[in-house]
Amino acid sequence: MNLKISALEFIEEVKSGNITVEEFTAKTIERINQVDDKLHAFLSVNNDAIDQARNIDKKIKSGENVGACYGMPISIKDNMCIKDTKTTCASKMLENFVAPYDATVISKLKKQDAIFIGKVNMDEFAMGLTTEFSAFGPSKNPWNIEHVPGGSSGGSAVSVSSYECIASLGSDTGGSVRNPASFCSTVGYKPTYGLISRFGLISYANSIEQIGPLTRTVKDTAFMLNLIAGIDPNDNTTINNNNEDYLEGIESGIEGKKIGIITEMMGEGIDPEVLSATKQAISKLEGLGATCEEVSLDMVKYSVAAYYTITATEAGSNLARYDNLRYGYEMPVEGYEFNSYISKARKNFGPEVTRRMIIGGFVPSAGHAGKYFLKAMKVKSKLTKQINEAFKKFDLLIAPTVPILPFKIGEKIDDPVSLFLVDINTVTANLTGKPAISIPFKIVNGLPIGIQLLANSMEDKLLLQAAHALEQTVTLPEVPI
Amino acid sequence: MTKIGLEIHCQLTNLQSKLFCSCKANYREFEPNENICPVCAGMPGSLPRLNQEAVKKATMIAMALNCSTPEKIAFFRKNYFYPDLPKNFQITQLNIYGDTSVGGSGTISVGDKKIRITRIQLEEDPGRLIYEGSSSKNQITLVDYNRAGTPLVEIVTEPDFETPKEVRDFLNILSDLLKNLGVADPSLEGAMRADANVSIHGGNKVEIKNIGSFHDLEKAAHFEITRQESLHDRDIPIAQETRHWDDRRKITVSSRSKEEDMDYRYFLEGDIPWVKINPEIRTELKSEMPESISSKKERYVTKYNIPEQVADVLSSDKYYSDMFEKSHTESNAKEVANIITTELMGLEDTREKREASKLTATHLRDLADSIQTGKVSRNSSKNALHEILKTGKSVSQIISDLDLGNVSDESELLKIIEKIISDESEAVEQTKSNPQTINYLVGKVMQATKGKADPTSTLNLLKKQIGI
Repeated sequence: MNLKISALEFIEEVKSGNITVEEFTAKTIERINQVDDKLHAFLSVNNDAIDQARNIDKKIKSGENVGACYGMPISIKDNMCIKDTKTTCASKMLENFVAPYDATVISKLKKQDAIFIGKVNMDEFAMGLTTEFSAFGPSKNPWNIEHVPGGSSGGSAVSVSSYECIASLGSDTGGSVRNPASFCSTVGYKPTYGLISRFGLISYANSIEQIGPLTRTVKDTAFMLNLIAGIDPNDNTTINNNNEDYLEGIESGIEGKKIGIITEMMGEGIDPEVLSATKQAISKLEGLGATCEEVSLDMVKYSVAAYYTITATEAGSNLARYDNLRYGYEMPVEGYEFNSYISKARKNFGPEVTRRMIIGGFVPSAGHAGKYFLKAMKVKSKLTKQINEAFKKFDLLIAPTVPILPFKIGEKIDDPVSLFLVDINTVTANLTGKPAISIPFKIVNGLPIGIQLLANSMEDKLLLQAAHALEQTVTLPEVPI
Repeated sequence: MTKIGLEIHCQLTNLQSKLFCSCKANYREFEPNENICPVCAGMPGSLPRLNQEAVKKATMIAMALNCSTPEKIAFFRKNYFYPDLPKNFQITQLNIYGDTSVGGSGTISVGDKKIRITRIQLEEDPGRLIYEGSSSKNQITLVDYNRAGTPLVEIVTEPDFETPKEVRDFLNILSDLLKNLGVADPSLEGAMRADANVSIHGGNKVEIKNIGSFHDLEKAAHFEITRQESLHDRDIPIAQETRHWDDRRKITVSSRSKEEDMDYRYFLEGDIPWVKINPEIRTELKSEMPESISSKKERYVTKYNIPEQVADVLSSDKYYSDMFEKSHTESNAKEVANIITTELMGLEDTREKREASKLTATHLRDLADSIQTGKVSRNSSKNALHEILKTGKSVSQIISDLDLGNVSDESELLKIIEKIISDESEAVEQTKSNPQTINYLVGKVMQATKGKADPTSTLNLLKKQIGI
């Protein structure tokens, strides 16, 4: 049995009776058992998956209505709540937290007969871009296990690229879906802010983050988006997409589209291989009938600083609830005064989370907010103005997803500032709320390079069309695992 | 000069659900931690879902207090750690980045004085802490989150009060106003709470917290003024600080916690988009707003000729004015107002009594009519009212059951009067020399008729018989 098929192919195979859901699920679990010791994508595997698969097979056999996923195995980043399932955020703080409810994306996919094959690894509370900050150990890049898979949705990207599942849901606060997608050679998509409900996604920086799929193909992403996008009464920030069908017209091509090349994302610090790959992508897009031209967004210079200031502020507040009183890990409360209890209990956060919460306590504080937080908010609004200006002229924007190739595990972990700068090309989409996608484009010296496209708010459909067009120009080798 | 400012917290008790989830706003009937869900318990991943009705009611309060209402409102996070706060931040409102809270500056009249309102904000109530165990060593703290997320309106005043009495009058007026608007029942335990800022002679401001009732608020203000005056007299500087009201000792005590130094790191709550308050919404709210207390009072006086004092009492209490509206007719309005203010208010002075009462608007109307047509004396109507509250029987039924019908037959009354004149010859002689003592004889007649005799005709007949 071939595990390397796309979501749409899987559905066809199941529908046509060529494979059963049970077989595919069993084979997927076997695959996880084979490779995950090396890769460490999974934090927990669903023990009921086979039973669920059998039930779906039964429904198919008896001609009952079956959801659009037909038992497709999907992995879920461990910061989304699945009822009665451990949801740890890869943190010791939530080591024993069992979610009492389903996230909206989860209940939507449940209805569509998806099988959640397991919860996958991430940087603790989604803070990081290598998955090295997981409290339960790093994930490895399947293209070269000495290298980081990117992050924070590293487990999602690894599980999709190494055929441990067909698709995954990650979350993207500053590139956390696109970055690992680029490093592991999968499609990774961050929708327009508000397109997918965040209800049940454990917040890191709620004003800019979105759930996004990681898939083998752009069409699979459109398929997933059809199932999970749209307004949700449980998330007041969601927007009405009028039940848009993102697969419809996905092959329309990009003839006549204007694409802006973001100058600030192609300059200093970029790896020559990444630069040349991006240039190749640009000429391929031109070959498909698009016109490409440079565009400057000079606020991008300050975007990473603004990003870390805003995310630290929100994280400091969002993570305040982890006082270990209502849930968390074993630590008796007797004999403590409240403040001494929580300061001790909160020592269980890892180093990166602690670092960001300390920053988050400082940058918005009275006397410092003007210099840091409020200034960051100004950068955010100026950057948004600039990108809106650019979208008056261009249909799409292009840049490499990450300016460098996947680096070795441990290489940058002691240098947080140089790690932060790896985010330079991805944070703009989050700060401005725009949709962005990373498309697998090239393998250089056995390591993947992804290309990023951005579109204006609510132009997700156009973005997927363009991404699909670019994807069709590429043939990539198979992952060596 | 003394300056007092207030921060009043009032729960919107008449709403169905909490501010950000569908748990009940009325948490009082639940066992601890039974009225909670992932949202109000601050579970990981949960998001606030704004109760639009709460925004409307809070805006209505702002309008009733003559406050400005912004085009768009926003919510902010107030960050601090406290065990009653499930998220360790409170979603509230703030005006430091522009006027974005439900109400801006406004005024409210207290007697001849105008008290300025600084702002009105909508926010979530925290949970409740319950301390058990007596000695501090064995004391444990229990947390009940049932209240967490209850919609709360904070009304902040300028330091416009000069005496504790003014504070009390203001709170009574405000409490009546909120009740009249139908947004809250301030009589529910913990539904309305207040902190006070007190300063004297332009000195430092002292904030008093933890005041359990309005009655204590007045006392706390008194105590604090006296305390500050005595420091001032001895030239001891008054520290700017937060003090807690010690309910047991009835004094204010300096808080050891440095609450004034707290940095709440306010920032915009990104999970709740800005809410537009369109002119249409405002117009709609205005039309939904019940008649104000002052307008009611004026109507009672001018339309029904109800004495000003009676109208004042009647209009300021929603329960009774509603009852009045439902039961009065053009002709019996004054009588209904009279029954309510002189009798009913005494009989239904607690929530329990009101709930147990079987009185309906029809009862009141019939009773007033019966008095006016002379079917029952005013005196006997008291007994009838008592019986109505208890049994709910119709007025005519009760009049006949209790034999309360007026002794209107003059010959019958005359017989009784003649008997009393012969029995009380001494009193009759006295009355002849001092006509004022006739009341004693009237009383005797009433006694003999069990109050059913009409006092006016009794008096006239007595005078005639005695010959004065």
